[in-house]
Amino acid sequence: MTSTTENTRDGTAAPPLVRLTNAGKRYGSIIALTDITLEVGAGEVTCVLGDNGAGKSTLIKIIAGLHQPSTGTYEVEGERVEFNSPREALERGIATVYQDLAVVPLMPVWRNFFLGAEVRKGPRLDIPFMKKTCKEELLAMGIDLRDVDQPIGTLSGGERQCVAISRAVHFGAKVLILDEPTAALGVKQSGVVLKYIIQARERGLGVIFITHNPHHAYPVGDRFLLLNRGRSIGYFEKGQITRDELTGLMAGGAELEALSHELESAGGAAAEAGHEMEEEVQELGITPGAESDASVGHD
Amino acid sequence: MTQTAEAPLTPPPMLDERVVRKSPLARLLARPEAGALAGAIVVYVFFFIIAPSFRYAVSFSSVLYVTSVFGLMVTPVALLMIGGEFDLSAGVAVTSSALCASLFSYEFTVNVWVGVLVALALSLFIGFANGWIVVKTGISSFLVTLGTFFMLQGINIALTQTITNQVASPNISNIAGFSSAQKVFASSFTVAGVNIRITIVYWIVFVLIATWILLRTRYGNWIFSVGGSPQSARAVGVPVGKMKIALFMAVGFMAWFTGMHTLFEFNTIQSANGIGNEFVYIIAAVVGGCLLTGGYGSAVGAAIGVLIFGMVEQGIIYAGWNPDWFQFFVGLLLLGAILLNTAIRKRAESAR
Repeated sequence: MTSTTENTRDGTAAPPLVRLTNAGKRYGSIIALTDITLEVGAGEVTCVLGDNGAGKSTLIKIIAGLHQPSTGTYEVEGERVEFNSPREALERGIATVYQDLAVVPLMPVWRNFFLGAEVRKGPRLDIPFMKKTCKEELLAMGIDLRDVDQPIGTLSGGERQCVAISRAVHFGAKVLILDEPTAALGVKQSGVVLKYIIQARERGLGVIFITHNPHHAYPVGDRFLLLNRGRSIGYFEKGQITRDELTGLMAGGAELEALSHELESAGGAAAEAGHEMEEEVQELGITPGAESDASVGHD
Repeated sequence: MTQTAEAPLTPPPMLDERVVRKSPLARLLARPEAGALAGAIVVYVFFFIIAPSFRYAVSFSSVLYVTSVFGLMVTPVALLMIGGEFDLSAGVAVTSSALCASLFSYEFTVNVWVGVLVALALSLFIGFANGWIVVKTGISSFLVTLGTFFMLQGINIALTQTITNQVASPNISNIAGFSSAQKVFASSFTVAGVNIRITIVYWIVFVLIATWILLRTRYGNWIFSVGGSPQSARAVGVPVGKMKIALFMAVGFMAWFTGMHTLFEFNTIQSANGIGNEFVYIIAAVVGGCLLTGGYGSAVGAAIGVLIFGMVEQGIIYAGWNPDWFQFFVGLLLLGAILLNTAIRKRAESAR
């Protein structure tokens, strides 16, 4: 149902908000990222999936303006850019919401919301205006806070992420980079964050959603970039891949199978778990062969 | 749903029916100053009962004087602590500044105001250096300022010895400009028969300025954020490094101000002065509700903290006790304040 092809957005002639072409990054002798191509347009969600150490953080840092790519090009709205700081990226409307770095826990919600971009009347803060705006912006995102004066640390993890997202939206972000916004959250809270991602998309923002969870990525994503060891192992439009294929690719079929054999040979309860895992692998249709088949679909 | 429909009917837009109007007492308890205020009342009542001479306005004026001289330094130290850093060199930096002004004016026989300005430059430089090293190296300010603490202490004593062959700076009371400088930094006036030292006025003014900066300007927001979570602050564009250096320089500025008071109060400066005072400043700030790890606290709280300190110091004298007990009480106070603050902060964080 969700996998029906709907590439209508690609019909527009406007260049994508963000486009990386064959981007790579080296830190001295370490190659962190090789040959990555990715794009996100207005009203689209591009998901970047990968396990720990796959190169997701490096990719974020390039898009957010913390690092420049060593190879390849970075374009914003069709124009080639070389950002020297996150501030410059922000000026072009590219805002990053980091998983743990989003807020200062002991400060009130409204102070966090306007931190670094305080509204002033002369030298003084315009506190009534900021409190009102903060409350309204959060309400527009569907977060109905009791009191914007409470320390943001008292909010739940999902709500905190959402405050950070609505803050970025309020300050004119065109592209949101969300760094594992659901990683530390429970099922329900993750759902809340996914809802806000969809809301941001509806408002015409481009979203780059970094995650290692295909179940979170699939329902909201328009494009999926899969990373492994600093390389792309697949770049798909939604119509080109099913949820199970995505899950299978993410899990890394061959590795999972090897793991199940290892567990089985250990005997006892581990063998049982290994057997179950093997069944799961077969169910998902992820064998080494299937993986290379899927890679063919990459364009 | 219902509250959005009813919202226009309620006149103040910020109120929400889910927020129970807290009693004034409950709201007071949620503030960082709460513990210190309670402590100050207890200490005041205690000495009021136990030491009859503590009750006179004159005595309280002298309590306030002692308080204000420390309080001048406690205010920027509290801001620095809210900003997430320490300055262990703050105590001896006061003496360095006073020695600089005194020796410069005396040795070059220039108007004391020249020495005063040179000392200001030195103090700001010391603050800048502390801040710059902390920001550039990322080394804990505890270690960096521990280093500058010993360096300044050594310079104070050794340089004074070298220049004057004594352990104190020479008397500068007959150098040009002394009387006008004394008027500015160390005068007093009388209100209703009670002698009020001018430092008390300065102290209150600086506490008010600091409070205004903290709560009503964006710099205040930035101070809380660099102390509370520097990475978050940096991520939203707060100039974390500059903010920290500015806070260290504020400590430098007030070290100069306090040093000038000491100099024009006593005409001469003992080169070993000020050692240990850095702890008094930190203790007062912590007693006043500033979080040792940064990101939380208030200038008014720190002012109440130093008032407790002043009351205990003078109260022990008025009560006729052995002053040697003073240190014990200060330690006890600190421990009590930390326990109380921890409890209060937990409540504040969970209070909805």
